[in-house]
Amino acid sequence: MSAGLIVKNLSVSYGAVGAVHDLSFEIHPGELVALIGANGAGKSTLLRTLSGLISPSSGEVSWNDYSLLGKKPEELVRLGIVHISEGKAVIPELTVSENLTLGGIWRGDKSDVAAARSETLEIFPALVGRLHQRADSLSGGERQMLAIGRALISRPKLLLLDEPSLGLAPLMIEEIFKAISELRHRLGLTVLLVEQNAVSALRIADRGLILSLGALVTSGTPAELNADPQLRAAYLGI
Amino acid sequence: MFIDTLLIGISSGAIYSLMALALVLVWRSTRVVNFAQSGQAVFSTYIGYEITVRTHNYWISLPVAIICGALLGSLVDLLFMRPLLRRVKSGPIAELAPVIATLGLLGLLQSLLGLIWGNAFLQYASPLSAKGFTFGSHTIPFSPQNLFIVLASALVLVVFGLIFKYTDLGLALRAASFQPEIAQLAGVRVSRVRNIGWAFAGATGALAGAVITPTSTLSPNSLDLLFVSGFIAAVIGGLDSLVGAVVGGLVLGVGFSFILQYIGSSVTFLVGFIILMVVLLVRPRGIFGHKLGRHA
Repeated sequence: MSAGLIVKNLSVSYGAVGAVHDLSFEIHPGELVALIGANGAGKSTLLRTLSGLISPSSGEVSWNDYSLLGKKPEELVRLGIVHISEGKAVIPELTVSENLTLGGIWRGDKSDVAAARSETLEIFPALVGRLHQRADSLSGGERQMLAIGRALISRPKLLLLDEPSLGLAPLMIEEIFKAISELRHRLGLTVLLVEQNAVSALRIADRGLILSLGALVTSGTPAELNADPQLRAAYLGI
Repeated sequence: MFIDTLLIGISSGAIYSLMALALVLVWRSTRVVNFAQSGQAVFSTYIGYEITVRTHNYWISLPVAIICGALLGSLVDLLFMRPLLRRVKSGPIAELAPVIATLGLLGLLQSLLGLIWGNAFLQYASPLSAKGFTFGSHTIPFSPQNLFIVLASALVLVVFGLIFKYTDLGLALRAASFQPEIAQLAGVRVSRVRNIGWAFAGATGALAGAVITPTSTLSPNSLDLLFVSGFIAAVIGGLDSLVGAVVGGLVLGVGFSFILQYIGSSVTFLVGFIILMVVLLVRPRGIFGHKLGRHA
């Protein structure tokens, strides 16, 4: 028995850059792990593989002892594994309300969908007044809130977050990270947070993994990673 | 005279709208212009015809034809488009392959119909008169069957409107057409939803065929011209927009009707293509289309 997310010897070929080579790591249930790396380090490729959008060339991935490989994204969502893809993953042509509805569209328990929806709107009150506007009228930060909100309505267990800070103002980044941190405690979520913004990510993470050119460089607690001057210079940009 | 021409225009426009709608439904779900649409529609119409031969009841044949159209649409997607699109993903052929494939399917369906029913012109009978309504001594060229065409089309358009706007299925259909990947990550079973889009399109085409055919005759090619008008209507509407398809169809129907009345039959299609060219040159995304350029 091994609970949580286990990635073993995972290799993915994906164009010239962004491939992943023989990657192994674990995320324990309830843990928030930040995956740090530069552009082209293979971060997004890894997430897209974990959520079933692309298939790896070799390796194993399991969640609570259940193998995830070969499953489509829409099936993984039903297992509680939700990937919020890079760049504010909302559907711009739909209204805010419709984007939220989409998160619970496949769920049978409609009363819990309604409950999850009102909890989500409590967490992100900025969305309340804009429910009937198109999602492309939102600011970058609001779109990110909407994307996370939609994920929450599907009652996720494992959140795969791809660069939630991308293109956001510093104040908004802080707010989004605060929300992520609160949510995982409140809902007991397991989170894999992929970020280029190492400082903000490590501030809320239990552990950090550093990825370079598709391979794991090192892993450790934020304190350990921050203490290593070489890492700081090369990967953390501090 | 003006009212007569307008009524006839609305009646044929309703059919163009249905054909355009069928094209748009497939385009939105799969990004393929389905040239086999008229073949599928005429196939379903033949099934309806066969039912009237056996039961002498048009009102039984109509729903059977529609259901057959839906099944055929779904099968074309499952057995034909899906394997094709899975194999041909990139390269110069990727844009062209579905076009050639649907044209091939069109030929296949029409030859099959010729083999089964022959190429003669058949009469698909409806209990509604195809003779125009008479007011006193004046008979207008608008018949009870024309009225039924308009009402049935309007009903379908309203039902689709309600489904798309207010149901989970409609939301899933829209999400899958706008952003398939995000829809998938939200839990929408995109390939299943696409298949429903094909079924809706097939049913719509079948309805168009089964209501218009009693006003003329049935043969393996009898819906081809209708399809061309539907295609022009869909492009005018932007190919992506359901409302655009309906408006495009009505504009074209009424326009053709007036040209036919006041100028002559020789120029109607010419005008259709001129409209098509002007729209493509001036406003390639169509009147109701999205800002993004068209990909095929």
